[in-house]
Amino acid sequence: MSDTLPTRRDEAWRYSDLAALERAWPLAAPEEIVVPEGGAVARVIVQDAAESAVAVQRYALTIGAEGRAAFHLLNTGGALGRIEIDVTLHRAAHFELGAAMLGGDEQTLEIVTRVQHAEPDGTSNQVVRSVLGGRATGSYLGRIGVSRHAQKTDAAQSVKAMLLARTATANAKPELEIYADDVKCAHGATVGELDRMALFYLQSRGLPPAEAKALLLEAFVAAAFENAEDNARDRLQEAARAALRRLL
Amino acid sequence: MLKIHNLHAEIDGKPILKGLSLTVNAGEVHAIMGPNGAGKSTLGYLLGGRPGYEVTGGSVIFTPFPGEGRGPESDAAPLDPGLRRGSEAGRDDAGAIDLLALDPHERAAAGLFLGFQYPVEIPGVSNLQFLRESLNAQRRARGDEPLSGGDFIKLAREQAAKLALDPEMLKRPVNVGFSGGEKKRNEMVQMGILAPKLAILDETDSGLDIDALRVVGEGINRIMRAPDRAVVLITHYQRLLDYVRPDVVHVLADGRIVRTGGPELALELEREGYAGVAA
Repeated sequence: MSDTLPTRRDEAWRYSDLAALERAWPLAAPEEIVVPEGGAVARVIVQDAAESAVAVQRYALTIGAEGRAAFHLLNTGGALGRIEIDVTLHRAAHFELGAAMLGGDEQTLEIVTRVQHAEPDGTSNQVVRSVLGGRATGSYLGRIGVSRHAQKTDAAQSVKAMLLARTATANAKPELEIYADDVKCAHGATVGELDRMALFYLQSRGLPPAEAKALLLEAFVAAAFENAEDNARDRLQEAARAALRRLL
Repeated sequence: MLKIHNLHAEIDGKPILKGLSLTVNAGEVHAIMGPNGAGKSTLGYLLGGRPGYEVTGGSVIFTPFPGEGRGPESDAAPLDPGLRRGSEAGRDDAGAIDLLALDPHERAAAGLFLGFQYPVEIPGVSNLQFLRESLNAQRRARGDEPLSGGDFIKLAREQAAKLALDPEMLKRPVNVGFSGGEKKRNEMVQMGILAPKLAILDETDSGLDIDALRVVGEGINRIMRAPDRAVVLITHYQRLLDYVRPDVVHVLADGRIVRTGGPELALELEREGYAGVAA
């Protein structure tokens, strides 16, 4: 990477907070993680930096043949909180991402993945859930590349955002670059608001509005952590609960 | 218990209730019957506090402890005593509450329960967790200690058993994958756990087969037939009234109560239809 600041013309930075980024520039090199052939790596990341901080975490991940990597993360801290994951999958490798972005005020939160299926039979599954209030911006950019010989690749993305205020912004940008012909790449993205009828139902039983909203939002976010191991899931859910309380 | 006076309400500028008056005393069961579009469900939602309904006139006074004023400490069931000490919002010296001034959760804490015609499915939120938090939110609002996890589970299992609802279903997400009958029984389980003073039950009989109808009817009697409680049953059909015998039957048509009578009025409606009776 050069040490000139990116501009908005750079797709990976289009929705970012470049003024905040400048304070953290130049960025440190990505952390390299190599999963050996047949190996497994699980990472849990809770990004809850201080309010004014700029937190950019970058990972470069290589998954050997029949290896497996699972990243479960909560991206909720900082004026700018950004997590980048570059993944290269070898034969029959699997990459799992379960991520939640929970932001409010003027926060900019980003998750940027580039998943390259370099060899056949690889699978990847990415689940991203965002809850955004205030004037926050939450962006997910997910590029999936399938190399020419990477047949039978199966890559899925599910991206959903919930806006707590009309002033918040959610961006979801899947990008597919496929050079093989026998592959499955499924992606879905939705942006919505809390179900008013569900909210009324909960309140009619005695739950104050903030508690009713928190219950619905916890359930919404939980999908991101579903496949995490028990301890990791508990930790992430606990952190998510605290972050949601802050937003409501 | 409940006194509705000359209530007018609109949805999106369209008048639905046009001068509805109704008085329900403690210990009574009232049935409200009427043709589609008469405003029956609107009345239920409005009493529950659903957003989007604009009251343009009239009043609704809720008195959870009629005839007692603020009275001495109650010797009623363990869940009850705190009600009297609850939020002071909209409450006068005789314990009467301006219901329309309260938010939905405050109405619940004051002792109102709305049984939904279409209970809402809420994926990812467990029945038990939601009910425990609801009950404890109500108890906190009344100044009572929250119920412990163990005590709550016991209460919930007991109520589910009485409604012939598999206790395992309590762990599932709220109403998700429940049949129509299971949803309605789940409403009654919730009512049993929350132990309200006044239940407004909106077509609780719809979607029930004969056996479920009996179970639900018995549930309503068991939970709500008491001198200090009251029920408003909103229904299309006589059949629920075979199990829950009403003291008073009203016909609601075009936003107003057009006739009031005893249980025989429901039979007359069943025989002659609304057109003849409400004309």
